[in-house]
Amino acid sequence: MTAATQPRRMPQSLIALRNILAFLMRSPTSAFGLVVLAILILTAIFAPLLATHDPYVQDLQNTLQRPGNGHLFGTDELGRDIYSRLVYGSRITLTIIFLVTIVVGPIGLLVGTVSGYFGGWWDTVLMRITDIFLSFPSLILSLAFVAALGPSLNNAIIAISLTAWPPIARLARAETLTFRAADYISAARLQGASATRIIWKSIMPMCLPSVMIRLTLNMATVILTAAGLGFLGLGAQPPLPEWGAMIATGRRYMIDHWWLVTFPGLAILAVSLAFNLLGDGLRDALDPKQMNKR
Amino acid sequence: MKPVAIRDLCISFGAVQVLHDVTFDVASGESFGLVGESGSGKSTVLRCMSMLQAQWTGDVIIGSQSVREMPLNARVRTVQMVFQDPYGSLHPRHSVATVLSEPLRIHGLDRQRARMEQALIDVGLPVDFLERFPHQLSGGQRQRVAIARALILEPEVLLLDEPTSALDVSVQAEILNLLARLRSEKGFTYLMVSHDLSVVDHMCDRFAVMQAGRIVEVLDRAAIPSNAATQPYARDLIAASLAYERAV
Repeated sequence: MTAATQPRRMPQSLIALRNILAFLMRSPTSAFGLVVLAILILTAIFAPLLATHDPYVQDLQNTLQRPGNGHLFGTDELGRDIYSRLVYGSRITLTIIFLVTIVVGPIGLLVGTVSGYFGGWWDTVLMRITDIFLSFPSLILSLAFVAALGPSLNNAIIAISLTAWPPIARLARAETLTFRAADYISAARLQGASATRIIWKSIMPMCLPSVMIRLTLNMATVILTAAGLGFLGLGAQPPLPEWGAMIATGRRYMIDHWWLVTFPGLAILAVSLAFNLLGDGLRDALDPKQMNKR
Repeated sequence: MKPVAIRDLCISFGAVQVLHDVTFDVASGESFGLVGESGSGKSTVLRCMSMLQAQWTGDVIIGSQSVREMPLNARVRTVQMVFQDPYGSLHPRHSVATVLSEPLRIHGLDRQRARMEQALIDVGLPVDFLERFPHQLSGGQRQRVAIARALILEPEVLLLDEPTSALDVSVQAEILNLLARLRSEKGFTYLMVSHDLSVVDHMCDRFAVMQAGRIVEVLDRAAIPSNAATQPYARDLIAASLAYERAV
C-alpha cells in the first residue's frame, strides 16, 4: 500500500480519488477511456513539443500530400500538416469540454436541487423553463443561438452550454426527489439547518455522483455538437485547427484525399468513445461503498 | 426537563384526516409511550410535534410555549427526535464527525470537539468512531450515533420513533438500556412510539393506545400485566400482546 509511507491519515477526498482511479483501471473499457483522456490532456499541454510543424503555416507547394514524407498524417488543401493541426486541435476540444462542464454542471445541479427540494411553485417554474429548452433538438437550438450571437468558438461554447444543462437539471431534480423525504434530511431540518444548508451539504453530495456520470457521458455529445457546429461553419473559425471544421474543409477533397477527414474523424471518435466508456466506469466507481474504502 | 401538552391535534393529508383531536399530557421527566397498530398515526404525532409536518391544527405546548411560536433555534434545542431506521437516518456520505458537528456549527456552539467526544462517550461508542462513515458501522452503532446526534444539542424532550424496531433483538435491549440510562442521567422527557408493548412496559411510565388517528385510552404501565384497560380495543391489543409473549 502506498498509504504505508504516508502519515497515517490522508485527506478523505484524496483517498476517494485514489480509490476511484484504482477502480477505473481495473476494468479494461474504463481504463481505455482514462488512458485516451490522459493522452488528450498530455497532448494539449505538450502540443508545441509534439507538433512537427506549425499548424497555421501554409505550404502551397505541398498541398494534399499523402501520409508519410515528413507529414505523419499528410497535408491539407493549403499544405498544412494535419498531424500538427490535430495536436493543437486537442487544446480547442479540451477548452470546449472544460468550459461547458464548469458552466453546465453547477447550473444543472442548482436548478435541479432547488426545484426538487422546494417543490411547488419553484418546481413548476424551473421545470417548465427546463422543458422549453429540452423540447428543442440541442444541435438546432445551438444553431439558433450561434446564428443570433455570431459564429465563433466562444459563442459555440455558450450555445452548447445553454442547451446542455436541462438534462442535468432533470437528473438532479429526480435524485433530489428521492432523497427529500429521507430521514437524514428530516434530521437536518430538526437540527435547525436552513434550506440552503440542506441543499448544499446534504442533497448536493448525494446528487453529485450521478451528475458527474451524466456530465462525463454528455462530453461525447458536447464534442460532437462542437464538431457539428464547426462543420457547419458556425463554431471555430478558420484557420483555427478545430476537428469538426477540419472535416468540413476536408469534405470537398474527401473522395481523392481520404486522410483529410479520416484523421480528425478518428480523433473525434476516440475522444467521444473514451468519455462514454469513462462515464460507464464512473457509474460503478462512484458507489458510496467504493468511495471510502481504505 | 419540560412537560409536554398536546391539545386537539388534527392533521389531514388531502381528503384523509389522519389525526383526530389527539390530546394527552406528558409530565416533566416522564417517559410516555404511544402504541397502536401500523397506520394509527403514532409517528405522525411525533412529526407534528417536531414541526416536520407543519399543516396541523390544535396545539403542542412544551414547557409553557407552543412549538409553533418557538423560534427555530430554540425549538430544535428543546425537541429532538430519534428515527426508526438507523440505515436511513444517517447521511451515507457524512462521517460521524460531520453528523455531530453540523448541529454545533448551525448553532455556533463552542468546544465542538469536546462536545462531540462527550456525545459519543454518552452513547457508549469509542471516540475514534468520529472518523467513520455509516457504512462502516453496524445497525446498533448507527442508532447510537443517531442518538448522539439528538443529544448533542442538549434537548429537553426526546421523541423516539420506534428506535429499536429496525434492530436485532439483542441490540434492541442494548439501545433500550442506553435510552433508560440517559434518561436517568440527564432527565429527558421521553415520548416513545412503539408497536411492541413489552418495549413500552420496559421503558414507559404511562402510555396511550391509538387507533385510526384517535387516542383510545391512556394507561399506566401497571395496567399491562393485569390487562386493566377499560376500552375494548385497548383490551384486545394488550391481550394479543400478552398471548404473544406467552407463546414466545
